Amino acid sequence: MNAAPVPREVHAELKGVTRIYPAVPGAGAKLPVHALGPIDLDLVRGEFFAVVGPSGCGKSTFLEVLAGLQKPTAGSVSFEGKPVGGHVPEGIGVVFQEDASFPWLTVWHNVAFGLRRNGVAAAEVRRRVEDAIAFMGLKDFAGAYPSQLSGGMRQRVCIARTLVLQPRLILLDEPFGALDAQTRLLMGDEVLRLWRRTGATVLLITHALDEAAMLADRIGAMSARPGRFIEIIATGWPRDRDSTIVGEAAFGEITGRLWERLRSESLKALGHSGVSAMAAE
Amino acid sequence: MAIMTRIGLIRLVVIAALIGALELACRTGLIDHRIIIAPSEMASALWTLLASGSLDADIARTLGLIGLVTALSIVLGFAAGIAIHALPRLREALDPFFATYYAVPVFIFYPVLIAIFGLSLMPIVLIGVATAIVAMIIATLNGLDRVPRVLDKVARVHRLGRIATALQLQLPAAAPYLFTGIKLAVSYGFIAVIAAEFILSPAGLGRDIADAYADFNNRRMYALILFLLIVATLINAVLHGLDMRFAARRSGGRA
Repeated sequence: MNAAPVPREVHAELKGVTRIYPAVPGAGAKLPVHALGPIDLDLVRGEFFAVVGPSGCGKSTFLEVLAGLQKPTAGSVSFEGKPVGGHVPEGIGVVFQEDASFPWLTVWHNVAFGLRRNGVAAAEVRRRVEDAIAFMGLKDFAGAYPSQLSGGMRQRVCIARTLVLQPRLILLDEPFGALDAQTRLLMGDEVLRLWRRTGATVLLITHALDEAAMLADRIGAMSARPGRFIEIIATGWPRDRDSTIVGEAAFGEITGRLWERLRSESLKALGHSGVSAMAAE
Repeated sequence: MAIMTRIGLIRLVVIAALIGALELACRTGLIDHRIIIAPSEMASALWTLLASGSLDADIARTLGLIGLVTALSIVLGFAAGIAIHALPRLREALDPFFATYYAVPVFIFYPVLIAIFGLSLMPIVLIGVATAIVAMIIATLNGLDRVPRVLDKVARVHRLGRIATALQLQLPAAAPYLFTGIKLAVSYGFIAVIAAEFILSPAGLGRDIADAYADFNNRRMYALILFLLIVATLINAVLHGLDMRFAARRSGGRA
């Protein structure tokens, strides 16, 4: 498995990033929680990077620190050479695991939200929204409200709402976590299509090893809390791949290797939850 | 839809039957006309009053006051709700007051307000707002509690400021609960204004009713009561219709 030839321009950089949640005695957290790091990572412009790791290992914290939604306790984050510190810079788009569609707006107006907010001219809003809606296969549902759509379609609305702003770094926080396996495969194809078309750098947080193995150029395997990268695996997939690669032998090798690295970490994570007996087996 | 129509028809039939029974009881002398006049007489007296234009100033004053009280209660209640929601310790301290607020007859402070501000509009506005605002604060807090936390992150990703987040995301996300607060604020505002005018006020429909009552002028008194009933019913019907429309939109037409 050789790494795919990717351009080497660093798009986002994390240096010694650590996140420790302070103790909040009244809220039940009597001791500080060391959630993440230290982490060093260079995201290369245009690559698809996936992060996998056991539950509670700090994957989402990692994404939020990179996005600027949380400040690191130590270390530094930069995006396109500028520091990211507690605010989301222009050029970063985030799709969350939870349904973040706006139930009071139609699909069309959901997608247009950010553009209108940014004061984009009406004709340009119309052009970009219609393009994004068509790209995400929502053309027939432009006038529908989110409550009239399935979970997968609502997630597509959220992806379209992010896509329409033309972000250069797209962060996906387990966006398909609530979907069934078949829909997840198909949504994976759509994300690959989106990635190829936009040329954006994509970072995907997922707990599904097969999803990471299918989608990413590189996969960061994260340890149990505090999350650190214990290995970064280059998949070597061609850029124009799709979900049919799940039938290839290399796909099995990648998922096998990931599981080999993550099994003991997952057992540790279970131990954190008080299932230490299982970890001992 | 067919079920709704049937329910609506049953509702209409029940109301018509009650009005008919009252009409019959009054016309046959079962109910003394010095106590209650027949509904048809109320309607006729109301029509005469409205046509004469003698009520116009009082209608404008009372409905204007109700509108002002309701608007102030909604705007200030929403703003206070957002502020209290953002300060968990303050909320914890205030929660017992909110829980028991309507167990206290706020109206007992009306004479105090008259003593301070005199027989002006101010005591009525203040007692109206005091009666209605807490319903709006409670509804705002309930609504904000139910705003999905992910929307806060979405707001930050879109680089929305505090006010933009409140108006563009929190307000619409909490709207179903806020609408409950708005309906209560309208009702409480209506009750407070009419009651305050009834007790002590130089003008207004409440004052008119009190005067008609004191003068044993049943035709005028019941005509005014009928007018207020019609206005209150219309306002509530409009609010209910809007509520149902928004609910249907949010639930994909399944409301």
